[in-house]
Amino acid sequence: MSTRSSPSSSLIAGMRPVGRDALLLEVRSPDDVPAIAAAVSAHLDSPDPAWSAGDVVPAARTVLVTGLTQPLAVVARDIGAWTIPPLPANAGPLVTLPVVYDGPDLGDVAGLWGTTADAVATQLRQLEFRVAFSGFAPGFGYLTGLPQELAVPRRDTPRTRVPAGSVGMAGRYVGAYPRVSPGGWQLVGTVVDTALWDVERDPPALLMPGTRVRFTDA
Amino acid sequence: MPNRGVDVVRAGTLVTVQDLGRAGYAHLGVPGSGAADVPAHSHANELVGNAAHAATLEITAGGCEIRARHTTVVALTGAHAPLWVGSVPAPFAAPVRLAAGQTLEVGTPTSGLRTYFAVRGGIAVDPVLGSRATDVLSGLGPKPVRDSTILPVGSAPSVTQADFDRLRRRVIPSAYRDTNDDSARASALINVRVQLGPRDDWFTTAALGALQGTEYEVTADSNRVGVRLAGAALERAVTGELESEGVVTGAVQVPASGQPVIFLADHPTTGGYPVVAVVEPQDLPLVAQARPGDRVAFVASARPAV
Repeated sequence: MSTRSSPSSSLIAGMRPVGRDALLLEVRSPDDVPAIAAAVSAHLDSPDPAWSAGDVVPAARTVLVTGLTQPLAVVARDIGAWTIPPLPANAGPLVTLPVVYDGPDLGDVAGLWGTTADAVATQLRQLEFRVAFSGFAPGFGYLTGLPQELAVPRRDTPRTRVPAGSVGMAGRYVGAYPRVSPGGWQLVGTVVDTALWDVERDPPALLMPGTRVRFTDA
Repeated sequence: MPNRGVDVVRAGTLVTVQDLGRAGYAHLGVPGSGAADVPAHSHANELVGNAAHAATLEITAGGCEIRARHTTVVALTGAHAPLWVGSVPAPFAAPVRLAAGQTLEVGTPTSGLRTYFAVRGGIAVDPVLGSRATDVLSGLGPKPVRDSTILPVGSAPSVTQADFDRLRRRVIPSAYRDTNDDSARASALINVRVQLGPRDDWFTTAALGALQGTEYEVTADSNRVGVRLAGAALERAVTGELESEGVVTGAVQVPASGQPVIFLADHPTTGGYPVVAVVEPQDLPLVAQARPGDRVAFVASARPAV
């Protein structure tokens, strides 16, 4: 992650039109996605912005900006001239999630890591994760922070039903399923006593992009 | 029980509450949802004097009976279906008076898939994240309407005869005009204009040729999430997986099978399969009205440079 401001062209590899009113920003490094998304949001929140948008959707290596109110070439030129400030290292709020390590795939993950189930739990407890982006379902945050060497593949066969609160891993991402859904991630545990998604709450998602996350013992 | 409401006596295949959807929450994984055919929804509202964001009922494949609990004005647009009040035919795409206790029957559409029912004052169920829309993917919003469900209706000034005459004079887009054209029953060929991209370069030249040169059939697996097509498989030019990225309504996404899906209102906010093209906004209503068995012919324009 950049610790100083960077010209957007050094962070953004390209921009692609998506239909008539959306622009896909391709980011060179996944670590820079949050800062770019924040810069777009800051522009939209500024007084009297030159262009507005409906949604800013960060993802693994891209930021999609939808519902643009000006021609895409104009927006692209504007973003291309920006300097992107870095996100402060502790930008996001810290959320602690109580986790019971009871997932059906905990043994498989331990095998893939060449260690024991207890050691998997210990490792996950020691890491600080960050919500890189949300997608797939309301409140489902993709957490980064897992070292590349600990990345695990998805299950060969997705489950049709993953219990609500399940903590899963796929690739270099960790995530927690807010509600019952199909899912192909490796399930290592369950978040307890925590509403990951609550429509009555503001904001409804506990794991917003940029939030830092630690797993604690239930 | 509200005095001011509608009783969906018989819901038929699928009736959902819809409005203009939940914008601004895609970064939390919340689908935009809302009416699949936005112009039809908005037009129905216009015919009863509602604002565009008032909630309507999206009636899929007709077969619906709705009783008014209070004297009111309603209108139906979108997929053209025969209408009766009692046993008297009622006009489509026009304001219709319903006295308290009268039942409106919606038959099977002769063309199209989704008929929009607007009632003056709007369907007034509680909004969730700023919208009353039923999202069949995430489960947000009200559940699909079941038989014998009473829905509250918002308050609005009552309609005088002069008001009613003014509503009746509102201009009707030709697509929704009352038609006796039974030939519309046959499966339709729908020309859908698309702009290539963002990931058209993930596909071979032959695949892009097939996309534009062959017809795709709308399958019965289609729903508010997307229209699933069957036809020439679109072969990739790039090996390896695409990392999940944001997707828009109208995106033509191509999963591993090579069979395209056109995303509609309840599509997921991100996807890990490449999007070869995006439906032009003015043709999205055509896709929203596509029935299983209809055929889609894509007409593509190039991805512009930015």
